[in-house]
Amino acid sequence: MSLLLIVLLPLLGSLVPLMGSNERRNACATMTAVAPTIALGIALAYMGQVLDGDIPRAAVSWIPALGLELAMRLDGLSLLFVLLILGIGLLIILYTRFYLADGDDMPRFYAFLMLFMTSMLGIVMADNLLLLWVFWELTSLSSFLLIGYWYRQSEARKGARMALTVTGAGGLALLAGLLLIGQIVGSYDMQVVLDSRELIQQDPRYLPALLLVLLGAFTKSAQVPFQFWLPHAMAAPTPVSAFLHSATMVKAGVFLLARMHPALAGSEAWLYLVGLTGLVTLLYGAYFALLKHDLKGILAFSTVSHLGIITLLFGLDSRLAVVAGLFHIVNHACFKAALFMTAGIVDHECGTRDIRKLKGLWRFMPLTTTMAVLAGAAMAGVPLFNGFLSKEMMLAESLQTPLLGGLSWLIPALATVGSLLSVAYSLRLVRNVFFDGPARDLPRTPHEPPRLMLAPVMLLTVICVVVGLLPALTMTALLEAAASAALAGDSPELHLAIWHGVNPALLMSLTALLGGLLLYLQRRHVFAFQRQFRPRDARLLFEMGIQLGVRIAQRAIDSLENGSLQRYMLWLVIAVLCVAGSALTQTSGLQGPLENQPLDGLLIAGAIIAMFAGLATAIMHRRRLISLLMLSIVGLMTSLAFARFSAPDLALTQLAVEVVNMILLMLALFFLPQKTPQESGAPRILRDVLLAAGFGGIVASLNYAVLTRPLESISDFYLENSVPGGGGHNVVNVILVDFRGFDTLGEITVLCIAAIGIYKLLNRLRLFMPSSDADGRPWALDHHPAILGTVAQTILPLALLVSFFIFLRGHNAPGGGFIAGLITAAALLLLYIARGVDWTQQRAPIQFQPIAVAGVGVATLTGVGSFVFGQPFLTSAYGHFHIPLIGDIELATAILFDLGVYLTVVGSTLMMLANLGKMTTRHRPSKNKEQA
Amino acid sequence: MEALYAMTTGILAASGLFLALRGRTFPVVVGLTLLSYAVNLFLFSMGGLQAGAAAVIDDSGNYTDPLPQALVLTAIVIGFAMTAFSVILAMRARADLGSDHVNGNRVDESREERS
Repeated sequence: MSLLLIVLLPLLGSLVPLMGSNERRNACATMTAVAPTIALGIALAYMGQVLDGDIPRAAVSWIPALGLELAMRLDGLSLLFVLLILGIGLLIILYTRFYLADGDDMPRFYAFLMLFMTSMLGIVMADNLLLLWVFWELTSLSSFLLIGYWYRQSEARKGARMALTVTGAGGLALLAGLLLIGQIVGSYDMQVVLDSRELIQQDPRYLPALLLVLLGAFTKSAQVPFQFWLPHAMAAPTPVSAFLHSATMVKAGVFLLARMHPALAGSEAWLYLVGLTGLVTLLYGAYFALLKHDLKGILAFSTVSHLGIITLLFGLDSRLAVVAGLFHIVNHACFKAALFMTAGIVDHECGTRDIRKLKGLWRFMPLTTTMAVLAGAAMAGVPLFNGFLSKEMMLAESLQTPLLGGLSWLIPALATVGSLLSVAYSLRLVRNVFFDGPARDLPRTPHEPPRLMLAPVMLLTVICVVVGLLPALTMTALLEAAASAALAGDSPELHLAIWHGVNPALLMSLTALLGGLLLYLQRRHVFAFQRQFRPRDARLLFEMGIQLGVRIAQRAIDSLENGSLQRYMLWLVIAVLCVAGSALTQTSGLQGPLENQPLDGLLIAGAIIAMFAGLATAIMHRRRLISLLMLSIVGLMTSLAFARFSAPDLALTQLAVEVVNMILLMLALFFLPQKTPQESGAPRILRDVLLAAGFGGIVASLNYAVLTRPLESISDFYLENSVPGGGGHNVVNVILVDFRGFDTLGEITVLCIAAIGIYKLLNRLRLFMPSSDADGRPWALDHHPAILGTVAQTILPLALLVSFFIFLRGHNAPGGGFIAGLITAAALLLLYIARGVDWTQQRAPIQFQPIAVAGVGVATLTGVGSFVFGQPFLTSAYGHFHIPLIGDIELATAILFDLGVYLTVVGSTLMMLANLGKMTTRHRPSKNKEQA
Repeated sequence: MEALYAMTTGILAASGLFLALRGRTFPVVVGLTLLSYAVNLFLFSMGGLQAGAAAVIDDSGNYTDPLPQALVLTAIVIGFAMTAFSVILAMRARADLGSDHVNGNRVDESREERS
C-alpha cells in the first residue's frame, strides 16, 4: 500500500500549495516540499529490497472489465527514475522559490509542478499498460500547463500548444500500440507483457504495434523528425525547462524504450528504427546546438542530441549498451538540470540570455561560473566527469554493433562526430558566457544569486564530479538493478572505471575532445556555411498546418451547421429512416407468429379519436390554440389506453401530467404569437409530409412486428421478488423505488435540475404581454371568477387528502410518489389560477426551490442510510407494524425514498409553473427574491 | 387490435415529426410533446397488450409486464420536464433575440402583435 503512496502523496501534494498564498513564499515552498520528501523517503526505504532483486508491487482494482487496475511496481528501472524525479523535483522546488518574480503566481506554479511530478511517477511505476498510458497523457496535459505558465505571452501559449499537439498525438499512437500489444498478449499486466517476447514478436501485428509505440516514445523524447517542439517549449520558466527537459518529460520516451525493451527489442525493425533515429537525432541536435545564440536554445538542442545518444544506445543490440543508456539518462539529468538552472541564474542576473551579449561573467559570479564550468565539462564528456564515462561506453558499444552490416563503421564514426560537436558547443556555452574578455553593455549588473538558489546547482554538480570520480562505488548497484529490469534477466557484469587502458574508445574520446576544440576555434566557418541556408522556422510551419486544419474544419462546420433546427432534424430523420428502414427489410415479414387479439367498439372509437386528434394537431398547427386543444385530446386518449391495457399507474401519471402540461403550454402561448404565419412553400410541405409519413410507417411497422412476436421478458424476476424482496405488491412502484431506485434517483435529479434551469431562464425575463387575443378581443375583466375560486379552495384539502392516500398506498396499489406529487401540484396550481398569484402568495408564502432540493436530498439520504447497516446504496428494508385502531400495516424504507420523489415532483412542478405564472403579474422573479 | 394500436402510434409519430420540422418554436414544442406520446405508447407496448392484468400482486397470478411500465412512468415525467424547459427556452429566446424562428434566420419578429 505504501508503494501507492509514492504516487498518491505528490497528487495530494498538488493541493497543498493552493492553500498557501503568494505573499508567504517561504511557507508555500516548504509546505510543497513535504509530500515529495515523504515519497522520496518511502522510495529509499524500499531501495534495499529492490537492489536485492525483489520487485515490490501493489494493486487496487479499478475497472476489472477493461483489464485496468491501479497497479504499481518498483523494480530497478522504476527506482532509478523515481529517485531522479523526486530528487531533482525537490531541488527544482527550492530553486523556483528564488526564481519566480514577485508578480508570478507561486501556488499555481507549484500545483502544476506537483501534478506533473505525480504523472511522471505514475509512468515509471505503472504495472499495467493502460495505466501507464493514462499517466503518459497526464504528463502531456500537465506539461502544457507548465510550459504555458506565463500565459500572457504569445510565445508561451504557442510553445505549450505545440508541445501538447505533438506529444498528445504521439500519446494517441502509443495507446493504439499498447492496445495492440494487449490484444496479442491477452493481458495488460506489465509482467505478463514483458514475459511474452516470443509471442509478441512472432505475431503479424508486431510491426504496427512497434511503430505505434515508437511513435509515442519518439514524439515525447523529441527525436527527429518530431524534435521541433522542444526548442519552442523553452518559452517556459527556466525551472520548468530544468525539470521537464532534463530529468523527466523528455526522458519518458526513453524510459518507455527501456521499459518495453524486454518485450519489443531485438528484432531487425527495432534495431534499425531505434538505432538510426537515435543517430540522426544525435547529429541534428548537436549541430544546431552549436549554432544557437540563446542560452536555453543551445541547451534545448543539446538535450535533443543527448536524447539521441540514449535512443541510439537502446538500438545497438548489446546488453552493455542498454546499461550505458541508463547510465547516460542519470548523467544527463544531473548536468543538464544544473546547466538549465545556471542559465536561469544568468538570465535572472543579467536580464538577457543572448550569448552574443554575455561575456566575462566570472568576475561577477565566480561561484556560478565554477558550477557552469564543471557541469559543462560533464556535458562535453571530459575525463573525470560522469558524462565521460557513459559517452565512452557509448563509443565502445558502437564499435560492436551489427547495424548496417558492412557499413557498420559508419556508426562509431558518426557517434564520434556527434561527440566532437558536443565538445564544441559546450566550450562555446561556457567560454563565451563566463570568460572571453570583460563584460560590456549588460542590461543589468550581475551578482551572485542567493546561496539557496545556487545550492541545487552545487549539489547536482557535486554529483557529476563524484560519479565521475567513483563510478563503481556510486552507481553499480543501482544500474545493475535497473538493467536487470530493462533486460528481463541478469544485468551484464559492470566494470565502471575511469581507466580501461588505451583502447579504441579512449582514442575516439580524445579525437572528439581535440576535434571539438579545433571546431570551436574555427566556428566562424560553420556559421558562414549555415548562413547560405534560408532559416526555416518550425513554428511557422506548424502554425500554418494548424491554421489550415482550423480553416478546413470551420468550412465543414459552416456548410453543415447553419443554425437551422429544421436542417438538423432533417438529417437525423433521414439517418433514422435509412438505418431502421434497412434493418426492417432484413426481418422475416411484418406479421409474426402471434395472431391479432379481437377488437371491440370502445377500442376502435378510442383509436380513431386519437388518430384524428393527432392529425388535427398537425394540420391546424397554424392556429395554435386549437392545435393545443387537439394535443390534449391525444394526451387523454393515451391515458385511457394505459388504463385499458393494465397500466393504472401510467394512466394516473399521464392524466396528472396532462393537466400540468396543458396549463404550462397555455401560459406559454399567452406570451407567444397566437398564430403561426404561413411560411413553408408547397415543396417544403410535401417534403416534410413524405418524411413524416415514412417515419410514421417505420414506427408502426416496427411496433406491429414486435407485438405479433412472442415476448421473452426479464420481468419474471421482478414479479417473483416484489413481495418477498421489496415488501410491496405494486410491482411497478417497487421497481421504481427499490429495484431500479438508482435510476429513479437520477431521474428526479434531472427533474430538479430542469426546474432550476427554468427558474434561471425566467430570471429578469422581459416579455411582451398582449392586451387582447389574436382576433383583437380584449381579455375578460373578471380575472378571478368567484365560482372557480370557491371550487378551487374547497377542492384543495380534498385533493391533498387524495394525494396523501395515493402516496401511502403506492407500494401496494396503483399510486406512489410521482402520481401523488403531480396531484398535489395540480391542486395548488388550480388555486393559483383561480385566485391569482398575489392572493396565493400572501396566504401561503412557500418557496418551492428548497422543497425540490430537499426531495432529492431525502431520496439520496435514504440511499446513503443503507450504508449504516453495511448494505449497498439504496438497499431497502421493510417490516410489519401493528398500530392500535388502524391495524396491521406494512412499512418499507422505500416509502422514505418515495417521499423524496414526491417532494421533488411537487417542488419542481410548482417551481416551473408558479414562476411562469408570476410573469403575468408584477411579481417577476428577479435577483432580489419576490417581496410579496 | 395490435394492428390498430400500431397504426395509432405510427400516425401520432408522423404528426409529431411533421410539427417538429416546422420553423417556429411553438409548433416544434407541440410536435415534440406529440412525439413523446407516440414513443411512450410504443415503449409501453413492448411488454405486450393485455387487459385486466395489472402488475399488482394478488391471487390471480395473471400479470402484465411491469418493466416497460416503470420505464414509461419516469419517461412521462421527464418528458414533461423537457417540454417545460424547451418552451421556456423558446420564450427566453424570443425575449432576447426578438424572434421565435428555429430555421437559423434571425429575422425580426413578424409585425402582427408588435403593432
